[in-house]
Amino acid sequence: MVWNSVETTRREALALASIFGFAALLAPKMSFADEQAVAAEIKKLYGDKKTESGKIKLDVPEIAENGLVVPVNVEVESPMTEADYVKAVHVFADGNPLPGIVSYKFTPACGKASASTRMRLAQTQNIICIAEMSNGNLHMAKANVKVTIGGCGG
Amino acid sequence: MSTKPTPRVRVPAQVKPGEIFEIKTLISHEMESGQRKDSAGKTIPRKIINKFVAAFNGKTVFEADWNPAISANPYQSFFYKAVESGEFTFTWKDDDGSDYVSKNKLTVAA
Repeated sequence: MVWNSVETTRREALALASIFGFAALLAPKMSFADEQAVAAEIKKLYGDKKTESGKIKLDVPEIAENGLVVPVNVEVESPMTEADYVKAVHVFADGNPLPGIVSYKFTPACGKASASTRMRLAQTQNIICIAEMSNGNLHMAKANVKVTIGGCGG
Repeated sequence: MSTKPTPRVRVPAQVKPGEIFEIKTLISHEMESGQRKDSAGKTIPRKIINKFVAAFNGKTVFEADWNPAISANPYQSFFYKAVESGEFTFTWKDDDGSDYVSKNKLTVAA
């Protein structure tokens, strides 16, 4: 692939991945974020405000073969008018070295509160998405992604 | 090893007024997470694009704050509702302070 910027061959990468995989079993645990870390991040943003479910369509694959490139699409139901729109969307992961993935800021000019990107996932974990509406309401959604090869280290 | 990041953006050339369309962007960048170690066991310092901003006729319409968890050669797509003709300015902000900019014209006609 032309986009491959790290100069390792596929064979080396696989060898490294297996070494790291094995090392991970033996070595003391690498530090990863957990549910508490995600909760703390959300608290930092919005305090103890209650979140509702619904309105968010969080689209992630059920199984990601390659943790280095996992597509993530978020769509929030909203008329996107000056009076009623989605202000911000934050995406977190509870099993990566750092909990944050991406934060979006939308404006009514977008017409639709939807955005896609690609993320790295170190292991099988939950993706947590929180949307802030223009009236201050918060919505939350969660999805689990099973990762076959983690996108961390090697 | 690294070359200058080149942005690639897809904006439709012409849209109808009121049409909501998708904008797709891609930029070549290694997005070094700051988590990896080199062969000597030293941590490779973080160097990512931490912010993507889309503006239309000078007014910001969409922003994305990226964390190290964003994949290399970051892709970002989002939507925009056509009102008038003008120009998009897309800016990617690198950890090292540099900005990568792409400008794309949009024609709105019935």
